[in-house]
Amino acid sequence: MLRYLVLLLAILMPLKSLAITPEEVMKNSQAAFLYPGRDFKARVVMRLISKSGSVRTRELTMLRKNYGETGGDQKYFMYFFQPADVKDMTFMVYKYPGRDDDRWLFIPALNMVRRIAAQDSRSSFVGSDFTYEDVSGRDLADDSHEIVGEEKLGGADCFVVKSTPKAGDTDYSHKLSWMDKKTFLPLKEEYFDKRGDLYKVFTAEEIKDVNGFPTIVKRTMKNLQSGHSTETAFTKVDYNMGIEDSLFTERYLKQPPRKWIE
Amino acid sequence: MIRILLYACLATLVLVAQKAYAGDFSIHGFLQGNYSLGIETSNPDGGDLKWAEERGQLKLEGAQEALRLFLKTDVSFDHLNENGEFELREAYLDLTQKRWDLRVGRQIVTWGLGDLIFINDIFPKDYEAFFSGRPLEYLKKGTDAIKAGFYPDIASFELVIIPFFEPNNFPDSNRFWMYDPMPGVTNRVQKEPASNIRNTEAALRVYRDIAGFDASIYAYKGFYRSPSMVPDSFTSPTRIELIYPELSVYGVSLQRSAFGGIAGFEAGYYDSLDDRSGTDPLIPNSQTRFLLSYQRQVIEDFSVTVQYYGEYTHDYAEYESTRIAAFPKEPRFRDLASIRLTYLIMHQNMRLQWFSFWSPVDRDYLLNPEVRYNFTDHVWAALGANVFGGKKDTTQFGSLDKNDNMYMQARYEF
Repeated sequence: MLRYLVLLLAILMPLKSLAITPEEVMKNSQAAFLYPGRDFKARVVMRLISKSGSVRTRELTMLRKNYGETGGDQKYFMYFFQPADVKDMTFMVYKYPGRDDDRWLFIPALNMVRRIAAQDSRSSFVGSDFTYEDVSGRDLADDSHEIVGEEKLGGADCFVVKSTPKAGDTDYSHKLSWMDKKTFLPLKEEYFDKRGDLYKVFTAEEIKDVNGFPTIVKRTMKNLQSGHSTETAFTKVDYNMGIEDSLFTERYLKQPPRKWIE
Repeated sequence: MIRILLYACLATLVLVAQKAYAGDFSIHGFLQGNYSLGIETSNPDGGDLKWAEERGQLKLEGAQEALRLFLKTDVSFDHLNENGEFELREAYLDLTQKRWDLRVGRQIVTWGLGDLIFINDIFPKDYEAFFSGRPLEYLKKGTDAIKAGFYPDIASFELVIIPFFEPNNFPDSNRFWMYDPMPGVTNRVQKEPASNIRNTEAALRVYRDIAGFDASIYAYKGFYRSPSMVPDSFTSPTRIELIYPELSVYGVSLQRSAFGGIAGFEAGYYDSLDDRSGTDPLIPNSQTRFLLSYQRQVIEDFSVTVQYYGEYTHDYAEYESTRIAAFPKEPRFRDLASIRLTYLIMHQNMRLQWFSFWSPVDRDYLLNPEVRYNFTDHVWAALGANVFGGKKDTTQFGSLDKNDNMYMQARYEF
């Protein structure tokens, strides 16, 4: 009897760990990567490095607040420090699953708030190799997902997930993601173009535990075809600070509160 | 006098702020060269440059808890008049509380949805800066004002009180060819409204989200910022007074995502308080003005904005029967269409831009192509042109026909 029970357990155990669906992996990853905490803050420094090695810098404070569950609405507030010609600009995004974002930009020299058209979330974020989607996420339902293997990457056991966009309006044909089985953070992503050639690679270089949330604090997106790459570092990361709803309004877009942007 | 006192107060505050909040003080600014060359004909005064200056700007900011002080001062050297100028662009103190805030001093206020079309933005503008190819921020002039914001749950309120009248600035007649109905009369006197309680201007904006729309309502009581010409005699004038008639404006604006882009609507009723019947030929009649706009990102980093603007003159029969023959006849309905194309390339380091106005009624236009490149994170330069034209030389852009110019802006920012 005991022998059968052990056998049954032995059969069930690996089955249970294997039984995770690709959708669950992606959902867990979305929760760990883009939705941790009720709110989030980071000072973001992006180094845009051209093929010849010249560097442009973008520096901003990014604040995020979740509304609802993982995959639900989010609001983002960004304040720019660099480059000099966008200093003091602020940018606000209301992100909704399943439809276009609402975006507002504040231009301090004219003391003017402008709404910005936002149809293409595959657009570059502030000229970098990251897209808006890389910053704030992509609807999971827009792709079909498939676990194509399990691999060790830098000592971490990973699921390898292939995501193929259902619509043909993306700049890539499919993406491979290496998801850490423990944290569900993406450690590497490979984007393949329409001809099936590898053209963009995302790598997570450093992961830190911040208030119990594993957080990628150094990441790079490299465009293999243009040779351009963007290195992003997060500092001053914090979670669950209790950001008020009122921050995400025109009032504070025009007068960003110091306690949040510093 | 009040103005001098205000600035004395602000200057004192700056000094106090510098000492007290030394730890929370920042200085930024730029050095800039800005040149514009006429490419059609020489200027009325014989020169060829519409603008030529070097300019330095300092932005000083200090903050402590609920208080924030901001100063933006320009020092420039103008090669056309060979003189240096010191200009206080903005100087204000902010007081921020949970449910309200206050901004006191010289400040730039921008309202409404229009892209270079202003209905409910009744704050002073500098059209000379715009037509001469100066950076866009110089289109807006600072206003010496008190702005109060109130933020109850139901809506947000902005109230701007302007004790000192500031007219719009128009191109200098030495540098710009413009239509003048009475060119023989050179004795001209500006008669700006005096600064007193009765003449204090007030502007109110109430805004909130309504079903996904950014919705605002506006009200203004003050003056036209473009002057009306009042000659001392119609038959043999020797002297012209430039007056600023009383004006109230009531308006609305709505904007939201729609049709794969952003659609906007703005309207305003211009109530000409000094000529409500429309029978005074020297003062503008009341008008209804509206604007439709649509913006869309066509492909990555390429966006298109189109606008259609119209102004309808009320009491037109009265205008027709009393108008002065020497002045060009205004149409009952005047419209204006605009298009802006913006394309960012090279990791957004280069911006290609096209902006143009076209008035179907006036049959005149303004074309403004511009290319701008960020050489480094601190240095950028822009090259552009303003081309004006039209069927008649009495309309807004038609009268500027001979002033086509090419401009260059180069800036080091820190």
